[in-house]
Amino acid sequence: MKKIIFFIYVSLFILNWGKAWSLIEVDITRGNLNPLPLAVSPLSVDQNSKEKFKDLLKLDDIGAEISKVVENNLRQSGLFNPLDPKAFLQKPDIAHVKPRFEDWALIKAQALITGEVKIVDKKLRVEFRLWDILAGKEIMALAFTTVSENWRRVGHIITDKVYQRLTGEKGYFDTRIIYVAEEGLKTSRIKKLAIMDQDGFNTKYLTLGNELVLTPRFNPTNQMVTYLSYFKNLPRVYLLDIETGIQEVVGDFPGMTFAPRFSPDGKKIIMSFAKDGNSDIYTMDLESREVEKITNHPSIDTSPSYSPDGKYICFNSDRSGYQQIYVMRSDGSKVKRISFGNGLYGTPVWSPRGDLIAFTKLHKGKFYIGVMRTDGTGERLLTENYYQEAPSWSPNGRVLIFYRETKSDSAGKGFTAKLWSIDLTGYNERMVKTETDASDPSWSSLLTD
Amino acid sequence: MSLDKILRNTLLVISASILLSACAVKTTGKMQGDVYTGKDTVEYLASGVPDRVFFATNETVLTTASRETLRKQASWLRKNSKINVVLEGHADERGTREYNLALGERRANSAKDYLMTYGISGNRISVISYGKERPVDSGSNPLAWSKNRRSVTVKAN
Repeated sequence: MKKIIFFIYVSLFILNWGKAWSLIEVDITRGNLNPLPLAVSPLSVDQNSKEKFKDLLKLDDIGAEISKVVENNLRQSGLFNPLDPKAFLQKPDIAHVKPRFEDWALIKAQALITGEVKIVDKKLRVEFRLWDILAGKEIMALAFTTVSENWRRVGHIITDKVYQRLTGEKGYFDTRIIYVAEEGLKTSRIKKLAIMDQDGFNTKYLTLGNELVLTPRFNPTNQMVTYLSYFKNLPRVYLLDIETGIQEVVGDFPGMTFAPRFSPDGKKIIMSFAKDGNSDIYTMDLESREVEKITNHPSIDTSPSYSPDGKYICFNSDRSGYQQIYVMRSDGSKVKRISFGNGLYGTPVWSPRGDLIAFTKLHKGKFYIGVMRTDGTGERLLTENYYQEAPSWSPNGRVLIFYRETKSDSAGKGFTAKLWSIDLTGYNERMVKTETDASDPSWSSLLTD
Repeated sequence: MSLDKILRNTLLVISASILLSACAVKTTGKMQGDVYTGKDTVEYLASGVPDRVFFATNETVLTTASRETLRKQASWLRKNSKINVVLEGHADERGTREYNLALGERRANSAKDYLMTYGISGNRISVISYGKERPVDSGSNPLAWSKNRRSVTVKAN
């Protein structure tokens, strides 16, 4: 558990950053209609380094493995179409020094990623370059060093840099997902907290499944998680330090606390507290332990989520008679309903860009994941299904991850719970690979920024 | 209004209600509206004292049948003054997880409030919500959901 957050020793030297201009443009407003064809050449490795990495990591060809991480990330984004490496004409080591642009243009690549991996003092040193094939020039070059166990993260960091250079937006690949891993019968489901890389690798289980756990969420530095646990059959909000494994109850409430999230500065936890049939929203300051009541209404007030500047809170309330989405100032004043469409609305989550709120909608027996502006206008439904809920934003506000359940018979046959992601445009809907059934995903921020 | 017309109207009403009830029996089996009225999942705290009450979708209001069940529980609790209970509130799977936790809590509390009006001390009753986490019927159909929208009274000692 100690090693879950690896600290990456990155020494970035940016060789040619931002100076060059490019002919390549990726249209990110329309999703994957026209993914950009590009070539990810396997990173070249000298024989000596190759042998040493084989001993250290049990990988035959670390260069090819890192390239596969990059290639898979780019394909999953829906914005890029990585070409089949079998079609590549140039050797990786030569391509990295001086690509023959005609060869790459021949296979219709518009961009090329090349690189080199070396072992330096038992550490992994990577250098990579991004080339614009049509313009015939290098548009980015970068090198960094890290502990060799972090080799997959190297692939994620390369993807983030390439993504940012080609789309103009920050990436979301060097990130993790915390979620609830599920097993067993629907009537007595076993649930554990689990954490994995954004691409489904390096899964670690943080609890043993002895008690029911729900709705984990990261703090802004990704070192802490707040979640609901039924430890000793008392449903309470907990705080978990991922590195040390130390858990503690948040606050001293004489009843159920649930639906926790961190404030954007990480100093407070906002959550619901239910007593005598009424749920209101509270905050607790993690340093002073001071508790503040934010809503005071006889209805159910839950699922609070801060705006990125911390000035507002969106939440779910049935004060109108049914579940709807409301926005208020962070002190609880100026409460305003923002959802007015047909159906019920739940799980509002403020986008990290600040301009949108994602939500779950239930209408005529179908569940939708959608987004609306923070004043409630511009509602867009991205996906419809039998059951799905709980969207969480990628750190760049571009992709939503949520979970989806399938129908089952009375014996539970047919039931599955899986994570899915979808682009903000409504394109590129994909199942996210998990070792077990999964629910309640929450996306971390970028691990290296 | 002629007698004939009154008769005809009455007949209409009667035939309509026959139709309706036939319809209700046919399509929903053990439900009234969408509240479960069957006995499949019910257990007994003592002879003649059912352990659970059922709710309509998104509702926390007690039905006439639920109030009758709770009155039986109250009189059993009065006779057994050393027994404490936990009321476990549940929701069906057709709602968001967090809202359902609150809904389950509200359902258990409406049962608690009713027991208290029949003289049972609040100190003897604790409440826990499981939201949609512990269904009794795994089915994805209205009848299964109706069995799952419930508050169950469980002995705590």
